[in-house]
Amino acid sequence: MTTSSLAGPTTAVAARATELSKIYGQGETQVVALDQVSVDFRRAEFTAIMGPSGSGKSTLMHCVAGLDTFSSGSVRIGDTELGSLKDKQLTRLRRDKIGFIFQAFNLLPTLTALENITLPMDIAGRTADRQWLDSVIAMVGLADRLGHRPAQLSGGQQQRVAVARALASRPEIIFGDEPTGNLDSRSGAEVLGFLRNSVRELGQTVVMVTHDPVAAAYADRVVFLADGRIVDEVHGPTADSVLDRMKRFDAKGRTS
Amino acid sequence: MLRTALRNVFAHKARLLMTVLAVMLGVAFVSGTLVFTNTISRAYQKSSAKGFDRVDVAVRPAHQEGPAHREGRGHRAGRTADLTQADLDRSARVPGAASAVGVVGGFTALAGKDGKLVGNGFQSQGGNYSGARDPRYPLVSGTAPHGAGEVAVDSETARRTGYRVGDTIRLSVDGPVLTPRITGVFTTDDGNVAAGGSLALFDTPTAQRLFGRPGAYDEIDVTARPGTGQTALKAQLDRALPHGSTETTTGRQLADDQARTIASSMSGLRQSLLVFAGIALFVGTFIIANTFTMLVAQRTRELALLRAVGASRRQVTRSVLVEAFVVGVAAAVTGLVAGIGIGAGLRSLMGSMGATVPDGPLVVTPGTVLAALAVGVLVTMLAAWLPGRRAARIPPVAAMSSVHAQASTRSLVLRNTLGALFAAAGVAVVLAATTMNGTDGQAPMGLGAVLLIIGVFVLTPLLSRPLIAAAAPLLRGFGVAGRLARQNAVRNPRRTAATASALMIGLTLITGMTVMAGSLQQSIDRMASSAIRADYVVSMANGNPLSPEVERTLRGTPGVTALSPLRNAPARIGGGTEYLTGVDGRAIGSLTDLAVDEGSFTVGGTRVVVDSGTAASHRWKAGSGFTVVYEDGRTQRLTVAGVYRGNDMMRGIMLDTAVLAPHQKDPADMQVMVKTAGGPSAAAKDRLAKALGLNPAVKIQDKQDISDGIARMFTLMLNMLYGLLAMAVVVAVLGVINTLAMSVFERSQEIGMLRAIGLDRRGVKRMVRLESLVISLFGGVLGIGLGVFFGWAAGELLGTRMATYELVLPWGRMALFLLLAAGVGILAALWPARRAARLNMLAAITSE
Repeated sequence: MTTSSLAGPTTAVAARATELSKIYGQGETQVVALDQVSVDFRRAEFTAIMGPSGSGKSTLMHCVAGLDTFSSGSVRIGDTELGSLKDKQLTRLRRDKIGFIFQAFNLLPTLTALENITLPMDIAGRTADRQWLDSVIAMVGLADRLGHRPAQLSGGQQQRVAVARALASRPEIIFGDEPTGNLDSRSGAEVLGFLRNSVRELGQTVVMVTHDPVAAAYADRVVFLADGRIVDEVHGPTADSVLDRMKRFDAKGRTS
Repeated sequence: MLRTALRNVFAHKARLLMTVLAVMLGVAFVSGTLVFTNTISRAYQKSSAKGFDRVDVAVRPAHQEGPAHREGRGHRAGRTADLTQADLDRSARVPGAASAVGVVGGFTALAGKDGKLVGNGFQSQGGNYSGARDPRYPLVSGTAPHGAGEVAVDSETARRTGYRVGDTIRLSVDGPVLTPRITGVFTTDDGNVAAGGSLALFDTPTAQRLFGRPGAYDEIDVTARPGTGQTALKAQLDRALPHGSTETTTGRQLADDQARTIASSMSGLRQSLLVFAGIALFVGTFIIANTFTMLVAQRTRELALLRAVGASRRQVTRSVLVEAFVVGVAAAVTGLVAGIGIGAGLRSLMGSMGATVPDGPLVVTPGTVLAALAVGVLVTMLAAWLPGRRAARIPPVAAMSSVHAQASTRSLVLRNTLGALFAAAGVAVVLAATTMNGTDGQAPMGLGAVLLIIGVFVLTPLLSRPLIAAAAPLLRGFGVAGRLARQNAVRNPRRTAATASALMIGLTLITGMTVMAGSLQQSIDRMASSAIRADYVVSMANGNPLSPEVERTLRGTPGVTALSPLRNAPARIGGGTEYLTGVDGRAIGSLTDLAVDEGSFTVGGTRVVVDSGTAASHRWKAGSGFTVVYEDGRTQRLTVAGVYRGNDMMRGIMLDTAVLAPHQKDPADMQVMVKTAGGPSAAAKDRLAKALGLNPAVKIQDKQDISDGIARMFTLMLNMLYGLLAMAVVVAVLGVINTLAMSVFERSQEIGMLRAIGLDRRGVKRMVRLESLVISLFGGVLGIGLGVFFGWAAGELLGTRMATYELVLPWGRMALFLLLAAGVGILAALWPARRAARLNMLAAITSE
């Protein structure tokens, strides 16, 4: 399910990993977390990365998002090659081009909801685009909670703040690490709904790591990882189809 | 439970490190103090015992005026009857006596080759070399001194000055300068020389003449024949010598007395050093309490689990206390070792600063070891006690909740009320004390100060919010990092407060001392210089009285236009003893500048001037008459011509020396004030010095010299205090490091998130540094504020006794202290900020 046949090949891809490897340790204790992974994340597409524990799904996301270093291969965000960047440039790239949503919400308890939302822009020393900000806030339904501190918000509300924070600076791509992992199913569904809307309506690119087939079903495409390799891909997934695939991997994983 | 506690200690090694360091520093200071003072006093005792080796029994004149007048040999004031040659002969003839040596001595100033006084004047002694070979003073080179033109000096002084046998040395006993030839250099175990003084020896007749005791002695040292004990010899001497005018003491007794004197003078030093160690330890308790509070908060679930599986509250508390005990023991042991090092270091430091310290082994008594261990362990356990109690209150159900139970969020209402009460009571008591006079106010002021400090401690969490909020405009320039730093600083008010308090204590003391010392210095300076119109004040280097010869010499010196001695004379007035000050009635008016309250400042004949304090106590007014009984017993009727406002240097009853002289047997001048033609100049000073024969024992000071001397004294004292209080500041730095490290640890997830969403390492570092800066400045501002208040209050108390006292706020110093606080903050943040910046982002944001 390609989203944009109009855009050229470089602009159609928001992030791309090519033969990406990540190896921990050396010799006997060497662990290959990612083994020559090549994957594209297309613009305005909602991708879910799935796989059993230890499959390397989080590592893949961390490497592509510029949070972690990799051993070989290359990663591009837009036109930027990550492999050659120093920490400072990587930090700036994350600040300007990438949005994050974490499992544990990771809001600053000392800041209000609004301050949390504008935090990446405050760090950059930019003023938020008011109109865009308002529309994002309206979308996640937080207009009447802006002055609250995280402790005064429910888990679902906190994650909505985190979604708004990721969207507010209009990043090239948003990465979510189990964004619904700490939420009840209703709040989780809300958050996933917002993410899907942001892709459909705002043309945002979203990549989400999850182990929940229901969450994965919100995505346009699901990439399956096992033992550091991409083993399968499903377009237009449903919860059942995802679950079905996963059962197969699990069975394989147990017998091997 | 014990195993759990021990495991915890090892699991939190890094976090306990700062706690261990803080306790260790305090313990090191305590044990260092004990080791140092024990070592020094043992060494002095040994050297003084050696000094009495050659004395089995000492014969001294019986004191007739009470022990207060026997302050060492050669002190003129209150000198008692001397021992005669007959006494010496009689002592020598006693059957048990092997030898008897007559001793006479006194102040003897030596000039170095540069013409300046050798030593500080207080330890410049002279004495007699008895016979051709005095066993007390083995000669290293040369021969014994004979006659007025010869002298022997101790080898240490010879080494220091470069004098050798055959050289001519300038010296002075109480006025006229002598230039004898050095015939010998000797060694001595005289304690005075061991402590950096000088000793010059003349032959006995010369010494007797110089020290004003022709044919007489201060002391007779008798040695016993083999087989005769000290007590037996003492009994023989008591029988042989005239009863009532002499007294005998055994050498052992003398050594014991001296040992006791040394011990008591050491105990003063020890106590003041221990006070500073106590301050450092007190500061340390804040850090310990902070650390354990944190450890307990982090382990809430674990502790709750222990409770859930059946541990009693007491067991939980005990497990925390066991942990504290282990930490305390570790800290105390390392502190003790460090303290022994400090003790050794202090001794060599004193040696390198010019003070000669007798050699001796390092003394580490079991008492020192016990004290160090007890202090370390008790302080740690005491500080951990509250957190331990808090740990016990964690409900077992907390083990089930998925979120960390926050540390008790009990409101601060009770705490604030208590704090406000304490602080208000403290302020009230201090203010009340300032209205009392001097000595009465001391106790209430101390009490008030303690109450106020406790109150402020308790209130610091409350104060942290508004004070840190006040720093917001400054932090705004730092963008997000500044804003986050400010919010983080007030996030845990209790912890911030405890951290800032640790710094506050040190700065309160430092500021208080500085304010007081600065004000005192200024007031003494003003007192000393403003009341003097004389160009020069001539006095003895060791504070002894001057010979009247000095006044006579100066009177004949060209260029001197006016001069007056300040001559002390005891007298009885209306049943009480008063000291009269003899002055030159014609000159005194032009040499002093004292405000006159009543009458006129005229001194002459029977007309005298009296300071307002003395006048008030006798209910005298200008024109009042009173009868004075002089020391020779004769009486005279005097009239008060004027009442002047006195100060600590010039006060009492001033009368003309011409009136006083006939009644004084042995006149002595405290100082001589001189006015020269053309005012003070190097040439004028030179002329005076030359006229006095370039006497090394005489100080000629102009107003500037006096001011400088006072300033030097205060600077020295303040620097010593700063050095000692630096300890408390170092501990406070550890506290800030500890708090920051804990904050960084606690907030690692937040910091990871900030890094992920684009705050670079510099931003993270800046955030931690600014937090540290804010906390430190908070402590600094509180400390300086309290210090100024205490300095002011103590000054008010002093002001009642010192007319010229006025509060001087050392703005420059205060700014410096604030900078110091800021420096503490930045320094303390170095490591935590680095850690925060290096934090593994992934570990931090991937929830466990």
